[in-house]
Amino acid sequence: MLQQRTFRRGGIHPPDKKRLTSRQPITACANPPTAVIPFSQHLGAPANPLISKGDVVMAGQKIGESSGFISAHIHTPVGGEVKEITSIFIPAGFSVPAAVIAVDEESAFQEEPRSAQELDSLTPEEMHSRVQEAGVAGMGGAAFPAHVKFKIPKGKHAEYLIINGVECEPYLNADNRLMLEHAEELLIGTEWIRRMTGAGRVVIGIEANKPEALAVMREACGRLGFPFTLTKLKVQYPQGDEKQLIEAVTGREVPSGGLPIDIGAVVSNVGTTFAVYEALAKGKPLFERVVTVSGEAIKQPMNLRTAVGTPFRQLIEQAGGFSEEPMKIVAGGPMMGFAVYDLDTPVMKGTSGILALTKKQVNDAVQTACISCGRCVRACPMGLQPTRLYHLIDYGRYEDAKASYLLDCKECGCCSYSCPAKIHLVQGMRLGKRMLRNVSS
Amino acid sequence: MSEGKTLIVGSSPQIRDADTTAGIMWHVSIALIPAGIWGVYLFGLRSLLVILISIAAAAAAEYGIARMLKRQTLADGSAVLTGLLIGYNMPPLVPLYIPVAASFFAIAVVKWAFGGLGANWMNPALAGRAFVFFSWTTGMNAWQMPRTWAGIDGASSATPLGTVQTGLFDVAGEGGTALSYLESISYAASGWGSSLADWFSGTVGLNVSAHTADLFIGAVPGSIGEVSALLLILGGVYLLYKRIITWEIPVSFLVSFALLIWIFEGTLFSRGLFSGSVGFHLFSGGLILGAIFMATDMVTSPVTGRGMIIYGIGAGFLTFLIRLYGSLPEGVSLAIILMNIFVPIIDRYVQPKPYGFKKQKTGRNAA
Ligand code: SF4
Ligand code: SF4
Repeated sequence: MLQQRTFRRGGIHPPDKKRLTSRQPITACANPPTAVIPFSQHLGAPANPLISKGDVVMAGQKIGESSGFISAHIHTPVGGEVKEITSIFIPAGFSVPAAVIAVDEESAFQEEPRSAQELDSLTPEEMHSRVQEAGVAGMGGAAFPAHVKFKIPKGKHAEYLIINGVECEPYLNADNRLMLEHAEELLIGTEWIRRMTGAGRVVIGIEANKPEALAVMREACGRLGFPFTLTKLKVQYPQGDEKQLIEAVTGREVPSGGLPIDIGAVVSNVGTTFAVYEALAKGKPLFERVVTVSGEAIKQPMNLRTAVGTPFRQLIEQAGGFSEEPMKIVAGGPMMGFAVYDLDTPVMKGTSGILALTKKQVNDAVQTACISCGRCVRACPMGLQPTRLYHLIDYGRYEDAKASYLLDCKECGCCSYSCPAKIHLVQGMRLGKRMLRNVSS
Repeated sequence: MSEGKTLIVGSSPQIRDADTTAGIMWHVSIALIPAGIWGVYLFGLRSLLVILISIAAAAAAEYGIARMLKRQTLADGSAVLTGLLIGYNMPPLVPLYIPVAASFFAIAVVKWAFGGLGANWMNPALAGRAFVFFSWTTGMNAWQMPRTWAGIDGASSATPLGTVQTGLFDVAGEGGTALSYLESISYAASGWGSSLADWFSGTVGLNVSAHTADLFIGAVPGSIGEVSALLLILGGVYLLYKRIITWEIPVSFLVSFALLIWIFEGTLFSRGLFSGSVGFHLFSGGLILGAIFMATDMVTSPVTGRGMIIYGIGAGFLTFLIRLYGSLPEGVSLAIILMNIFVPIIDRYVQPKPYGFKKQKTGRNAA
């Protein structure tokens, strides 16, 4: 298949920087002496703590109970004594309750492998509840609870299940490594999600800069005899965004304000799919993930299987520390990730990477006036006019910005990235949305 | 290990493209340099002085005004570029106060009266030029014979387009062309132009007039930086390659203009439709400089690709109208300034179609 699919509007080509870690196998990150596990690892309501100070917990134990529809259970990857329930500041910019656990190295999670017969006999509903019980959440960044996504609402039908192996954020290789090292598990996980969603067709989308992953997955797919389609996608950010991926694969657009299922699509990220596999096959809750530790200021960039709650400091040390003074430490990818100033920030379910970037990558030049170059307009994958929106928001004309589709902006960063005037367009969009929320509430 | 004292935090994205406003201005300036060097070669060091004075005046005006407003904007490079373009648009023998006045007008009135870079709706360099053009007509016609014509009998310092424009009514009705008119008055052609024309007819089999070839190379009288179509096009290719400009404006401008000239120019000489002197008109009167370097000024052109095409076609059409039916040989500047006025309207009505608003096939759900 020579033809590469892609989306229609906008998009940018930042340097992909994959080579720093694409050949580094996944290795285990040592557990920290103290783990800090947030009770909210995603947008939506935080989980209710099930433990209190002084309790002794076991690795894999559920410590937070989902408190609403868009919420997931929280499990501890480590055993040990609960030192306190405190409040910490997470990269997304707000404080959340968190458990501080003194890690007992002796306590390790016991997998409970399930037999093939048992798994085959599970109904979709039983699979759902097991996935929900395991606290599986989307691992692409936003960490949307998986059971919500895989539950097809009444009256809707999943025509497509799309497995998102795009990983379009520069530097990140967590999904790439999972595909290279765990292709079979991923495909089995995919099949289970297909059963849960009742999807008719399965398409696995992989960006063209991961030819090895594409080959390995295709080969495994043939070996296991799954009728899945593997689609090579053009290297272009944000190819891995749900909306762009759906557009590239199906030619359909998720209606404004709607969900993928409205046009018959369900998307599952590779990391999530792997978590589904582990939850069902081994009874293993989602309490660890692969984190790409990379960036020009990291001595030995690598991919680490890391327990949720491990402080960034630990991963950076394991990767050899800094080779030079970083200008930014980023949680997640460089396009949508958050800059952190505290190396004690813990890894969460959505932390796909920890990047130490130098001045050269950050390119934070002096801001000038907008020169109407139109680059932001050309770059916006949603077909918006960032410069116009920014001006409207600047003048406080929030309703006008809304009429110009402000709420369709998904903060992908293409506009800010391409702006030569170095205007913080995304920040403007966020402000505008916040003002609109305040007005309406 | 650093404890985050030097770490900066800020909104995503955490990385930015390397291009900056100043970078764009410098790239455009660099792209203009070959044409300028050629101009200085043709017209001597005084023309270099004209360029430098234009730049200095623009930079001084920018610095002074920004300072009064307690800002620092000289480094964004836009004022230097404006000065450079004004210098390029001056005739070589222009009295020096004229480029100074043009630069001051461009920066102080056209740019800063509206709030500085990004807020002006008219291209400052073009507006500055138009201002002095109408104020000091004689000074703005101080042409000089190019070095390439030295020693040619009967060579004058009048520009080809100006010559044709003045003589136009003499030849109307005779079935001639702009080029045959130049021929009839024994307008000079350089050795370079003649050889290039010979090469074209000999090797390519295409009949090209030595005057057109002269215009293309830029071996003719004219404004300092606008004479060499060839070097300006090279500069344009550089800007396209560096992705500083996009193809829409120059291509739609030049193509629409060329088509209109091809279709209608002949009628002025009673030759009927589809017989215009396309090459002659494309390469004269500062059109290439205007289409590649002035009409593409980002601040005063539309932001969408489709908008740019509409704007380019408009500019091509207006240049054609003014050149053929107006009494001015200088259609280009005026056409672009007029189109600048329409930019907000174009941007208002030509908007991209946002994602998620098209009628969907929803598979079985819709059935
Ligand atoms: S952040 Fe919003 S406005 Fe900017 S490119 Fe992305 S979707 Fe468009
Ligand atoms: S990219 Fe920046 S400078 Fe260019 S139009 Fe958009 S906001 Fe203005």
